Formats: sequence, structure tokens, C-alpha cells
Amino acid sequence: MALNKWEEIKKDIVESHVWRAIFRHGYEDTPRNRVLMVTANVWLHLHPAKVRRHGVRMRFTWCMGGLTFLMFLMTVITGIYLMFYYRPVAEYAYADMKYLEFDMPFGMLMRNMHRWAAHAMVVFVWLHMFRVFLTGSYKPPREFNWIVGVLLLVLTLLLSFTGYLLPWDQLSIWAVTVGSNMARASPLLGHEGPFHELVGANPIYDARAFLFGGGEIGPHTLLRFYILHCIFIPLVASLLMAVHFWRIRRDGFSGPSL
Amino acid sequence: MAEVAQEKKKPVQIDDKIHTWPHLVRNEFLVAIFVTVVLVIWSVGIDAPLEEPANPTRTPNPSKAPWYFLGLQEMLVYFDPWHAGVVLPTLIIVGLMMIPFIDINPNGNGYYTFKERKYEILTFFLGFHVLWVSMIIIGTFFRGPGWNLFWPWQHWDPHKVVALTNVDLPYLLGFRDYRWSAVFGLFCVLAYFVVGIGLFHAWVIRVKGKEFMQRWGPVRFAITAFLFITMLSLPVKMFLRLAFNVKYILVTPWINI
Repeated sequence: MALNKWEEIKKDIVESHVWRAIFRHGYEDTPRNRVLMVTANVWLHLHPAKVRRHGVRMRFTWCMGGLTFLMFLMTVITGIYLMFYYRPVAEYAYADMKYLEFDMPFGMLMRNMHRWAAHAMVVFVWLHMFRVFLTGSYKPPREFNWIVGVLLLVLTLLLSFTGYLLPWDQLSIWAVTVGSNMARASPLLGHEGPFHELVGANPIYDARAFLFGGGEIGPHTLLRFYILHCIFIPLVASLLMAVHFWRIRRDGFSGPSL
Repeated sequence: MAEVAQEKKKPVQIDDKIHTWPHLVRNEFLVAIFVTVVLVIWSVGIDAPLEEPANPTRTPNPSKAPWYFLGLQEMLVYFDPWHAGVVLPTLIIVGLMMIPFIDINPNGNGYYTFKERKYEILTFFLGFHVLWVSMIIIGTFFRGPGWNLFWPWQHWDPHKVVALTNVDLPYLLGFRDYRWSAVFGLFCVLAYFVVGIGLFHAWVIRVKGKEFMQRWGPVRFAITAFLFITMLSLPVKMFLRLAFNVKYILVTPWINI
């Protein structure tokens, strides 16, 4: 008796106007539903509805592309949490780090997860590239997706690099100083690079000054890197990821010809 | 027996596709949970570093870039910043993007094979594992104050005395006039590329055959040869430095290589 009652309540819910407006198909395990699960879902439709059998094997993909994306999502989620407490101003930045570590609920955990996920993302994206090379998955028709992937690799490094400055401690400013010295040495565009006289590059007007927002690393650099780190590069990376995933969906997973 | 084997093989070949839901989504879900758990445990156990507040007047010795750029910083030992920090990284990125267009081998598309694309994989292995990763390991674990070499267990002595005995190659060979040194240096660099590309040409013909070279075409060959010889310039320069204390090969008032 009681069971019947529950069945009735369930029926009332899943056949209600509201439920049907949200969920367009049932959950029975039919081939049609299996396809709909993917194609009618905005998140899952990044996948093709069907994939080659070998393509789902972990020893083929190493899961590295998906894990790179997972690490990106991790940094987005933990990063938003950190943004609530962090001010990209030279006077406050370091104090906010201490505040975050000692006073905020789960502040230290969120910061740790953000940092380790960022490092993991760099490692995973390299391993992903290595795997794609080993399986020759950049070969026709996937040449362009490899190019998009290389750009995403560069953006991953830049995301990690711009984030490195934000704690505003000795580790960050000197690592970023060393890293950015390359810009100072650019041929033509850097004031220590060869042929800079031809362009008139000088310490406060060259490639590095453009990156730093001034001749030296300083408060302006902090704000610049913060905006690059939190808005600009994630946006560009997201757009490229959309292209990257879309291409995989169109071309399918690579595999030996049948 | 043979018939059975064939019958077993056939349906797999025809219907190779399976539903993404549940087969792929299930894997992704489980792996995502597993990696998330590992990440959380790792983050509970190991704190992200935070040193003293930024102080532009106190330069730490050594100042290291983030670990993933330490390969580039390590290259600064062997090349000037404009080359190691700007030109070579640009060539690495451009070179990576070129891969699908210079590799015309149709084999090995979508499956693991070493036999069918030995040279492609060995080249990638040289660039990625031998050069990029090992340079990062050296830069991370074996470099101390003054960017001098230290074993990981060794005390970082900031006063370690290292004799600066590096000399330029033209000087080493007896050139004392600046202009002739520059001419000789330029000759060495050009000769390196001409001879290197020539050897690469001969080698490709030997292992892949003339017919392959014709299909490959001069543009693909030129790009590949240039990138490959440029990549080899790093170990060559490392060898010259470590074996003969050579600082530069080409010395001019504008650029040194």
C-alpha cells in the first residue's frame, strides 16, 4: 500500500508541468535515452554521442586532457573563493594572504588547492601533449586542434605565471622578475635586447614596461597581473577550450582506421 | 579455428562505436572524483609556500623563475637572454605548431606505435624529455647561489669560488682582432647550419629514401631541418661550454651567440 502511494507521488512529480519543462526525457536505459543524455545536456554535449571503443580506454587517453580541464575548473572555483578575500593592492595583498590563511574558513585549504591544482594543470597539459604526440592524434584531420592545443599550453603557463605574483611575497616578486627579464631582452622591443636603439626602447618604455605597467615591478604590476590572471587569460583560454572541445566532438576521437 | 577467430573479429570491426553515456561519462566521473580526492588530501597535507613580504631591495640568491620556466632560465647559462629567453621559446612554440604540417607520415594516426614512426618519436623525446624536462630538473634541484651547480644534499655556500675561465671560441683559436673574430664567429654559425642541414638531408635520404624526400618537399624539409638543427644547437653549445669553456661563438657589439 505504502509503496503504491510513493509510486503515485513520484508519478505526480515527474509528470508535472514543471518537471517536464526541466527534464525532457526519462531515465530508462534505452539507446535513444543514452544519446539524449549527451545531446540534450549542455555540459555533456561537449562529447560526441558515441565514441570509438578504444577511445574510452584509459591506457589510450591517460585521461590527461579531461584532467587538465578538471584542474582548470578547480582553480576557477577555488580562485573565486580567494577573490572574495584578496585585494590586488601592494599595501594589502600580503596581509590579505595572511588573513586568508589564518582567519578565513577553509582559506588555507582553498589556497593550497588553487596552487597545487595550477601546478598539476601544467604537468597534465604536458602529459596530454605527450600522449597526443605518441598516438599521432594531431594527424589529419586534427592538425588545427593541435595548434589550438599549443596555444592552450602557452596560456596555461601564462595563467600560472601571472598567478605566481599575486601573494606579493619574496618568492613571487623575484620569480616574476626573473621570468620577465626575458621581455627586457627581446630583440628590438626590450631595452637590453639587441638593436633596441633602432626602436628607441628604454627602461620605462619597452616590452617589459608594457608587461609591468612601469619600469620596475610594483603596485601597477600587481594590478595588471591580477586582471590578466583573473579575467583576461581565463576568458581567452575558455574560448580556445570551446574550440578545442568542439573540434574533438566534430572529428571524433582519433583511432586506427577500420 | 580460423573461422571462429574471423567471426569474433568481424563484428568488433564493423560496430566499433559505443555510447558516450554511460561508458565514457562513467570513466570521467570516477577519475574526476579520484583526482579531486587526491588533490584535497594533498592540499590538507602540504601548504602552499608563502615567504616574507615582497621587498624589491632584497634580492634573494638564487632568484629562480617558477619551476616550469626553469628550463629557459637554465638555457641562460649557455645563451644570451635575447636568444635563450625570447628567440628559442618562440621557436619552440612555433615548432610545436608546425608538427602536424611537417609530419606527413600517415601511419600511427590514433594508436600507439614506435616502429611505424621511430624518428618522429625519438625527435620529440629528445626535445621534450632530454632537453626540456632535464633542464627543468637541473634548474630546480642542482642550481644554488650564483646559479652555481650544487648537489641537492650539498650546503648552498654563497661564497663558493668558481673560476671564470670561459673564453670566446675565436679567442681560443688565436684570433685577437675583433673584426676577424666576428667574421670567424659568423662563419662558424653559418657553417654549423649549412653543414647541419646538409647532414640532415643526407640522413633523411638514407633512412627514408629519395622518394620520401620528394613527397616531403623543399619547404617542409627546410623548416624541419632548421628547427632540428636549432634544437641541437643547445646540446652542442652545452658540450662546447663544459668541455672547452667556450663562452660565445659569435661575438659582435650587437649580438653574441
